[in-house]
Amino acid sequence: MPDYETHDFDVIVIGAGGAGLRAAIEARSRGLRTALICKSLLGKAHTVMAEGGAAAALGNVYPEDNWKVHFRDTMRGGKMLNNWRMAELHAQEAPDRIRELEEWGALFDRTKDGLIQQRDFGGHRFARLAHIGDRTGLELIRTLQQKAVADGIEVFMEVKVLRLLTDADGTVSGVVGYWRPSGEFVTFTAKAVVLATGSLGKSWTYTSNSWESTGDGVAMALWAGADVIDMECIQFHPTGMVWPLSVRGILVTEGVRGDGGVLRNSDGKRFMFDYIPPMFAAETAKTEEEGDRWYDDHSAGQRPPELLPRDEVARSINSEVKAGRGSPHGGVFLDIATRRSAEDIRRRLPSMYHQFKELAGVDITAEPMEVGPTCHYAMGGVRVEADSAATTVAGLFAAGEVAGGMHGANRLGGNSLSDLVVFGRRAGIGAVEFAEGRTGSVTIDPGQVEDAVAAALAPFQREEGENPYQLQADLQATMQSLVGIIRTGSELEEAFGKLEELEERATDVAISGGQAYNPGWNLATDLPSMLTVSRAVTQGAINRKESRGGHTRDDFPKPDAEMGTINFVQRIPAGTGGTAGAGGTPSITAITVNPEPIPPMPDELSALMELEEGH
Amino acid sequence: MADEPIQNDETEETAGAAPADETASDHTDTESVTVEPAASTAAPEVESVDEVTMVLWRGDASGGEFTDYVLPAVEGEVVLDVIHRVQATHAPDLACRWNCKAGKCGSCSAEINGKPALMCMTRMSELPPGEDVVVAPLKAFPIIRDLVTDVSYNYEVAKRIPPFNPRAKTPDEVEAGGYRMAQIDVERSQEFRKCIECYLCQDVCHVIRDHEENKTAFAGPRFFARSAELEMHPLDVTDRRAILQKEHGLGKCNITKCCTEVCPEHIKITDNAIIPLKERVVDGQYDPVAWLGRKLRGRKKGTVAEAASTSPATGPSAVQPAVPARGIPGPGAVQVAIRTSAPPAADTAVPDPVPPDASEPATE
Repeated sequence: MPDYETHDFDVIVIGAGGAGLRAAIEARSRGLRTALICKSLLGKAHTVMAEGGAAAALGNVYPEDNWKVHFRDTMRGGKMLNNWRMAELHAQEAPDRIRELEEWGALFDRTKDGLIQQRDFGGHRFARLAHIGDRTGLELIRTLQQKAVADGIEVFMEVKVLRLLTDADGTVSGVVGYWRPSGEFVTFTAKAVVLATGSLGKSWTYTSNSWESTGDGVAMALWAGADVIDMECIQFHPTGMVWPLSVRGILVTEGVRGDGGVLRNSDGKRFMFDYIPPMFAAETAKTEEEGDRWYDDHSAGQRPPELLPRDEVARSINSEVKAGRGSPHGGVFLDIATRRSAEDIRRRLPSMYHQFKELAGVDITAEPMEVGPTCHYAMGGVRVEADSAATTVAGLFAAGEVAGGMHGANRLGGNSLSDLVVFGRRAGIGAVEFAEGRTGSVTIDPGQVEDAVAAALAPFQREEGENPYQLQADLQATMQSLVGIIRTGSELEEAFGKLEELEERATDVAISGGQAYNPGWNLATDLPSMLTVSRAVTQGAINRKESRGGHTRDDFPKPDAEMGTINFVQRIPAGTGGTAGAGGTPSITAITVNPEPIPPMPDELSALMELEEGH
Repeated sequence: MADEPIQNDETEETAGAAPADETASDHTDTESVTVEPAASTAAPEVESVDEVTMVLWRGDASGGEFTDYVLPAVEGEVVLDVIHRVQATHAPDLACRWNCKAGKCGSCSAEINGKPALMCMTRMSELPPGEDVVVAPLKAFPIIRDLVTDVSYNYEVAKRIPPFNPRAKTPDEVEAGGYRMAQIDVERSQEFRKCIECYLCQDVCHVIRDHEENKTAFAGPRFFARSAELEMHPLDVTDRRAILQKEHGLGKCNITKCCTEVCPEHIKITDNAIIPLKERVVDGQYDPVAWLGRKLRGRKKGTVAEAASTSPATGPSAVQPAVPARGIPGPGAVQVAIRTSAPPAADTAVPDPVPPDASEPATE
């Protein structure tokens, strides 16, 4: 093996968004040699895009709120597919994690009593989201980033991790990657590795995700032999920008609706009243008047249907557009201009005001926004043990969006930021405990490193071949049109065939230029991850023959009671040539899909699901 | 950046004139690799109305040049969209940093037609129609490749800022489960916490843009805003004034407001962060009682000037250059600059006996 730059740590965290930073802070605070590796600059991770807030039952606005109600809301929002233990831990620990952010310098908006202000969001029974205007994610990442800097955590910025490296017995022993600025390869040995790589939404054309969200963590975990679950559950956020085309997919915070914004079709009708599902009927307003009363006083009526969980709202928008009642550019209208004063809008939604003003030339204090569903969040991901965030591969932990289970089939808005800090911390503890208990020297297999390096460099060997940008665009078009918000069996099968063609084409990608800061090459090394997760999502979607949360089948339009009791678990079984040691691009054709029953919920938690509706 | 690609026009008064300026009107000396307009292969539904010529700086630390790319114009695009189309169709290895493409992460900073800006927030339609669009890397930082610069200086400065250090909770707060702060009190620091760390303010600040040597002793506008945020944080108890003066070079700033002008988050860096910090430092350094004592005993001036000159923060480089330099905005700036960059005159050095909070400019 050539003499690559190499580093040795106790704990390595891959990804420097909210979960990665929180995990690293925890590991460092417990005295371990900890490093943070991120694909972009520190502080640029996708967490900055989170707008509305972090859900935690602090009870500052509604004292009757508590973790039990939050747990119930989360499970109902997730259509009961959630890992209930994760939902329980999340609801219990989120308040402490939010207060801890304040102790580290975060400045949330305040109540009149000077406590952390909380805002209404879809699916949460009480105003529960701690927030800072509509830039809560930025506050969270900056607070954690500054804490990490103050704690002296070593950060390796702009390093793309290619593979997890494993011992002879399959325990994770490090990673190999390359510095994007120089293109030089670098290896790390570690007693424990935390995956905090975020999302996989870049496989769709219209997405709120950045270039980074290529599913590296899910893909690398699969290649290393780990289980992933619920991959078919992809959240299409109901309100992304639809015009101009170049900004299509950029998020419009749910806070607009939480603060009074309503959805209208081309007839000007508030159409969400036509789409209230039975499951939520008891706690949803019947009339506009009732819904409007609720904003000021939650005991004066039920919540308006604009604040149903995201999957419901996204499907409703889709139906209106399909019925020919959409906006000029294929969305619907989100109107806050007629509902709140211009001053209120600018104060409570400053980012949205600027985003529309500067990118679309629309003044949201005077005109409605055009919005439509955009690929936003992966509920599925690496299977973890709730308490320790341990994956099914020894030494490997996962937290944040890369992990699956917490949100079931559909995530409630605001539950992501709190997920990051709750399970980021737990993954940090899990990794520390594993690292401290690990005996013997940690060595990496040069063969695995060489395989990863050779695969990464292969596109440079070809004079002519596939343009990686074209391949990515074709992959996105496939997933957008065939594995989008509404799916059917025949289209999913068609997608599966197309993915196989794309996987074939990916072996023929050619790159020009050098290794130093070459985005074409960087994309070429992201494509294996994108193809792997796209296959997993499609396979999961083919198998889940029902509609549930972020997975809607036209050919199976209703939830199926039996399907609601199983997770689809995908893995590359040992010995089927999928691991990084096998050489070349990992064989993803070996990914299997296995239905596994969700463990039964203990009685004390089941009882919480029966909490009376409304107030 | 010794090997700056294009000679600059020193009389150019555009805020933050970039190496691109001359080439915008005349780039005959650059290699012109005009590529046939090709339909975008990566972006579907392209409506071609016209053509756009992108003049992009290509190269690395060893040098480079501007290269033309001609593409079909597409309605509603921002500069970053066109850069992405250049990557997808003409130059797959064109280096540029970006993440969110929504003005929230601050990654895609560049100098567009000579003005530091975010590529994702600059709409093509707001640039002069029919004219070339010149995109150059940030000038204040070393080139890595093409439009990507080495911004590690900023991360190093961040490490030198004394971190947040909160007071203890009161018994009431312990019971309530969290600190109590009034909305009006948190808003002052919240303004600075909007910062997306795009470093456009650092790029445009002439203290480092034109004086590489100042980087070791100057934190720059972004980090003055960070210090201001901590100083004005209702819970923080650390006093950073001495460090700001002695190590962060607060005195070097002569409040030309270039940073405020380029801030995509519209943070009033100069008015709301830097000037209040300067006032606090002055308050700390020039104690009013001591000053009064000196005044009464007839000892004046010398002490103040002495104090200023012994501080590394107010060396000769803080003095406004005689020749207008790049990055200095129009009239008014020099006048303000004289006020603070020269060793403080008696009237400015005299501390206001009113607590600093009350004398600060109001937040808009």
